[in-house]
Amino acid sequence: MAEEERKIIPSIIKENILELLKEEKRIDGRKLFEFRKLRIIPGPIEKAEGSALVLLGNTKVLVGVKMSLGKPFPDTPNEGVLVVNAEFQPVASPYWELGPNEYAIELARVVDRAIRSSGMVALDELVIHPGELCWVINVDIYPIDDNGNLIDTALIGAVAALLTTRVPEIDFSSGKPQLKREEGKPLPIRDIPISCTFAKIGEQMVLDPNKQEECLMSARLTIAVNSANEICTIQKMKGGGFTIDDIIRAKDITIQKAKDLRREIQKQVAEKARGEEIWKEIREVLTS
Amino acid sequence: MKKGEVQLLDEQKRRHDGRAPNETRPISMKVGVLDRADGSALVEFGKTKVLAAVYGPREVHPRHLALPDRALLRVSYRMATFSTWERKRPTPSRREIELSMVIASALEPALFLEKYPKCAIDVFCLVIEADGGTRTTAINAASLALADAGIPMRGLVVAIAVGRVGDTIIVDLDEVEDNYAESDMPIAMLFPQEEITLLQMDGTMSPHLFEQALETARQVLRNVYSLQVKALKERALKARTKVVL
Repeated sequence: MAEEERKIIPSIIKENILELLKEEKRIDGRKLFEFRKLRIIPGPIEKAEGSALVLLGNTKVLVGVKMSLGKPFPDTPNEGVLVVNAEFQPVASPYWELGPNEYAIELARVVDRAIRSSGMVALDELVIHPGELCWVINVDIYPIDDNGNLIDTALIGAVAALLTTRVPEIDFSSGKPQLKREEGKPLPIRDIPISCTFAKIGEQMVLDPNKQEECLMSARLTIAVNSANEICTIQKMKGGGFTIDDIIRAKDITIQKAKDLRREIQKQVAEKARGEEIWKEIREVLTS
Repeated sequence: MKKGEVQLLDEQKRRHDGRAPNETRPISMKVGVLDRADGSALVEFGKTKVLAAVYGPREVHPRHLALPDRALLRVSYRMATFSTWERKRPTPSRREIELSMVIASALEPALFLEKYPKCAIDVFCLVIEADGGTRTTAINAASLALADAGIPMRGLVVAIAVGRVGDTIIVDLDEVEDNYAESDMPIAMLFPQEEITLLQMDGTMSPHLFEQALETARQVLRNVYSLQVKALKERALKARTKVVL
């Protein structure tokens, strides 16, 4: 069971959060519609064709992309295959258990829809023999520290990992296709989806809820947009509701935030360190 | 290619990555890397990287698993899907299930389980990148995470793999050596007692070389033990500085 369902939070913190929200303030000092600090470390996993470690505040997610050869789906013979999967390993939270987790499935599906509907990956360029042979892109999301808002962190992680992904060369000389992973060209990218997740707490709405805020929220709303500011994914969850005004406001804020966040992701992915330097950075970030 | 058919040592007894036979890969140990876990550690032996998190002693779920006279030690060893060249399926393999068990047996002698009846101590190891020696790296990470969680311990559990190339004993095998060396023997020891808590082997080894391998492992493990102690001190100092400020 997910922690927010159990709503275990000391009443003194709960009252504090609610009191502050009345004055449009938050317990961690942020404004209502402000993200926590974003840090992306691109390319830490050498054996993955693409990877990224993302920290949104203290929420940490590791994403790896594996490229392999497979068969296109019968209804899309001219497209490669994209599979997004999330594994909720209990390293990330004392409330997670081993085995299938419905929240992991929800997370993976929301991230999948944002990537797919925005047309981020040019799947039509990833067919080798139509109907027979194509690239299969496996995006695997591993949260390692759950301090709230896994959805936005995971989408940033998936986007960053895909931006670092290289498509290996294929060697057909021995009959059976062999992948030459040391060579390759960047994955064809057409867009970058950005999501914003809002929590409704009392009468207020906040962006990028931390864990304490998640425990108090009555409802959650995620909106993703592409670079043309078209809405490309929506997910509303939990027992409470939003007014139409809330939703329109959330949409406006998402559009307003998306441009800067997209630029920030591109900037941090471009600052890729090499080999041992990447891990030096990771050790530093994780112990600071 | 079969075992023994790849040249793993040159005439000067240098290994394929330039190491001497009894030399480990660069080792990094960082304690307290995760916020939500009670204890955590990131341990790297070269490109092999393992993250461990510990929770407990805590209530057992489901309740009927609780033991009346001691704590239940539950260990999971899992490899990330992207930790290997070929994507690993996320469902636990037979190998992961066996290794979870042997790692639990390796850690148990360090713990006072009898002091926490009806509780659980949970250890989760996630292999982020695999390049040989993942179970030994996981044991080192788990030992540090247990200590970081403040769980009383008789000592630290320190692990390394030793193997054989011809008549030479090599230490801390990487993936290539793991695949082609004539034998591979992971060892874990409780320190400072120097008690063996995990011992497995595949391949073949003469009785004489086996004794030599055990002694070599002991020497290397003393070194790895001091690295574990150093990592824990580093963590403690950092915590103290934070309090003072």
